Amino acid sequence: MAPLSGPRRMGMGSAVFFGSGLAFLYLPVVVLAAYSFNDSRFALAWEGFTLDWYRGVFTSREIGRAAWNTLIVSSASTIASVILGTALGVGLHFSRFRGRELLWKSFYLPILVPDITQAVALLSIFALVAFPLGLTSIILAHISFQISFVALLVRARLDAFPGSVVEAARDLGAPPLVAIRKVVLPLAAPGIVAGALIAFTLSVDDFLIAYFTAGPGASTLPIRIYSMIRRGVTPEVNALATLLLAFSLLTMTAAMLFLRKGGGKDRA
Amino acid sequence: MKEGKGEGRTEGIRGLALWTVGPATAVLVVLFLLPLAIVGGYALSSAGSQGEPALPATFANFVRSFDPLYLGILVRSVRLAFICTLICLVVGFPLAWILRGMGTPARHLALLAFILPSWTNLLVKNYAWIVLLRQEGVVNSALLRLGVIGEPLPLLFNEGAVLVGLVHTFLPFMVLPLYSSLEKLDPALLDAARDLGAGRWARLRKVVLPQCAPGAVAGAILVFIPTLGSFVTPDLLGGARGMMVGNLIQNQMLVARDWPFGSALSIWLIAASLGMILLAGRLTGRGDTSRPGRASWLP
Repeated sequence: MAPLSGPRRMGMGSAVFFGSGLAFLYLPVVVLAAYSFNDSRFALAWEGFTLDWYRGVFTSREIGRAAWNTLIVSSASTIASVILGTALGVGLHFSRFRGRELLWKSFYLPILVPDITQAVALLSIFALVAFPLGLTSIILAHISFQISFVALLVRARLDAFPGSVVEAARDLGAPPLVAIRKVVLPLAAPGIVAGALIAFTLSVDDFLIAYFTAGPGASTLPIRIYSMIRRGVTPEVNALATLLLAFSLLTMTAAMLFLRKGGGKDRA
Repeated sequence: MKEGKGEGRTEGIRGLALWTVGPATAVLVVLFLLPLAIVGGYALSSAGSQGEPALPATFANFVRSFDPLYLGILVRSVRLAFICTLICLVVGFPLAWILRGMGTPARHLALLAFILPSWTNLLVKNYAWIVLLRQEGVVNSALLRLGVIGEPLPLLFNEGAVLVGLVHTFLPFMVLPLYSSLEKLDPALLDAARDLGAGRWARLRKVVLPQCAPGAVAGAILVFIPTLGSFVTPDLLGGARGMMVGNLIQNQMLVARDWPFGSALSIWLIAASLGMILLAGRLTGRGDTSRPGRASWLP
């Protein structure tokens, strides 16, 4: 890193402080990833490069099942939340009804409230209506917080464009649904795609809400990782954790590229 | 629901409000607001023979939270969340300030470097600290080999480990809002203050700090609320000595099966979170704390 170029030269102290901050954030994860390639059952010293732990991850029946569950949960909840969240974002952008901003603010609550309270609340309602716990209950639980993220991005994206584009379409005689399909949705597309990627990642990464709403038998990858950690550290966890890490970074980076590519308001 | 006045040609789309906003709102009500209300109801009920909520209604669950056994955990949770927020603020401010002073390409890279960790899985981050801190972990074996210590230090399963894990997770959530408010600081203001004879500290206190207050408040919300309710970090890094209210709730709901008490504890947590949001709204004076929300770490 060479942050010394630029309008003001960074002092030595600043550079060291900044570097330590970044090292603090990255070192643990880098060490973890490095050890996932370490040929030693007890991750003490470096004993050579191996892919054995990754082989273990890919051949484990339990991990395979958890991965499959995760794929089902995350795909289903993402599809549902993208449809609902996009409609919400579009609807809130164009409509003017009383209490609109209050309603919008209440969609921030699932983002702000601690996960554990949401997990407890979802478990309570599932128990009250005797809804069987399993993959379906996790899907419903995930939709409840994913919608907010999708709607947030869609609305931000639409807010960055002048309303006149849609008015022009209506002037040219497009019925509302056609205007939405031909003008609004294409405009919102980068936001929708980014929203979908983020919603999917949040679902794949979620441990706590899935843990509460899974019931026995329906375990997702994070739940699997959690029980592997609790049971005692084996190098397979390093490999699985590193894979999950790589997945989150890839999808979130893709989400960011979509938001940037679409132009519009820059929201760093 | 629709209240279109008829002006503007987006009216037809506005007329669809019920169909666009309605379904998501229904989900919000059924899978978020209603469940929270049920938790409120459970918190006010007695425990039946299986721990299930039963009548008569009672405040006993809330009273029970003040039992020294539980109060200790509640106090520790608030203390750890407060210390974590403070550390993030004290460390995050200089980081944000340094970011502000960087040249454009370096700054973009550095910003990305701060956003990336907030996209990584919480379990993975906490697990990485286990690899570092456990008895035969990286830190202990390094120190042993260097001869700094004679026998491994107990680095894991205490409040210190929990704090390290929490700060590691939430530092970016403080740096980013701080940076975005510092970014708006007009350099001319600093020059003007200097011309008027303000020293380094006076400029920091009278110009910079007021400017970054909204960012600090937003960051404090983003750090304090999830920290207070955290479960994974104290569970994996804290052991019995680092237990926080999230662990107590999980224990009551899933292990002890005392749902009324677990619900009462959740209500405390929600109350503290909402109180924090309202307080922040008053501090910034505009009540518009929802804006910088968790959106600040979104790409």
